Amino acid sequence: MAPLTLRNCATVAEAAAALTNERDARYFGGGTLVMRDVNEGDLSFSALVRTTDRSLARIETTGQRFVLGAGVTYAAVLAERELAFLHPVARSIGGPAVRNMGTIGGNLFAPAPFGDFAAALLALDATVLLQGGYANRETPIEDFLAARERSFGALVLAVSFARPAGPEAFRYRKMARVKPKGGSVVTVAAHLPTSGGRVMGARIAFGSMGATALRAKSAERALEGRPLDAAAISAAANAALEGLSPVDDALASAWYRREVAGVQLRRLLSGDAS
Amino acid sequence: MMIPLQFRHNGRDVALFVDGATNLLTALREQLGDTTPKFGCGQGGCGACTVLIDGASHLSCLTLAASVEGRSVETLESLKDGPRLHPLQKAFMDHFAAQCGYCTPGMLMAAKALLDRNPNPTRTQVVEAISGNICRCTGYEAIIEAVLDAAQQHRASA
Repeated sequence: MAPLTLRNCATVAEAAAALTNERDARYFGGGTLVMRDVNEGDLSFSALVRTTDRSLARIETTGQRFVLGAGVTYAAVLAERELAFLHPVARSIGGPAVRNMGTIGGNLFAPAPFGDFAAALLALDATVLLQGGYANRETPIEDFLAARERSFGALVLAVSFARPAGPEAFRYRKMARVKPKGGSVVTVAAHLPTSGGRVMGARIAFGSMGATALRAKSAERALEGRPLDAAAISAAANAALEGLSPVDDALASAWYRREVAGVQLRRLLSGDAS
Repeated sequence: MMIPLQFRHNGRDVALFVDGATNLLTALREQLGDTTPKFGCGQGGCGACTVLIDGASHLSCLTLAASVEGRSVETLESLKDGPRLHPLQKAFMDHFAAQCGYCTPGMLMAAKALLDRNPNPTRTQVVEAISGNICRCTGYEAIIEAVLDAAQQHRASA
């Protein structure tokens, strides 16, 4: 294996500059994705960049907008009571050791059948804060995910999102073959704000139904302005597949994923426990 | 490029030089001669390499050795006290919780991480605690029983 250079950076600014200046450098966060590639002898990068900057571990829950540093682990999410609505998401990822290591910033880059946290953040309409070169910029998560294969030279600093509209407004379910741990067959997350008993501004995101987490925009439109009743739920479930493109993998075939995605969405919207 | 690294290994301070991309499992096994953590998959899928870093379970094959600078690493080697086995080790023997034994070091460390934090776990909590550790022999039941028994023994002796 070719020797890899390790750049230990004191600050995020230094790490972002290293990523900007060296095109074949890879950022090393929790290790659960990048170290796999290192162990396999991946030769597409020649340097690892890491930083112990504490700002990446910040969790801000006091304002109307939550801010989570990119280095926040799933275990840290589970330890924060204000983030209770995200606990089912964090719990559905890995075993305890992976949750002690893996970070929410890394999850934005996780390929299917991983990336469940990114699906949840997509449903929450999160914003991704990046530093590239010497400037910070903010990108809607949907745009970030669509372009992530080309997002070299920048460091994800944090994600932010508005507090969900209510305790029932954010919903999540993950279908996996191995419980309590396992890669996703289908993951679905939804944010369903209501106004006067009608859904206003629904966001539905699927995981493992494409290379990245994807929005089910037709299903969102099917709910818009309607009460969350059986007719609206059926309309959304029937429209679930539009724009999704699952692939075959060891966990499920693309055909199977298409068969069950609408069923999972129907159960999520109906509030079924299992 | 070799970099210097110092950390606490099973209560003992160690200093070594590692290649920048070396994982902790390789440093422990090949440089410190501690072969208790096992190489299973190198992908985070099996848990055979589980160690505790500052008391929390981590997969040593996915941990950059350089990232444990100044921290405390515990492996299975630290579990027994001289000839005295840890209650978890004794319970694994009593319940026939090891067959081929390859997953056992990781299972024991995952179970220790649980009992250190929660000395009175439910069965569900035990299942959750070892959910990242794969065993292809036992069917898990004997392991779950052993962890619950070790917790009970430990409480009885405390």
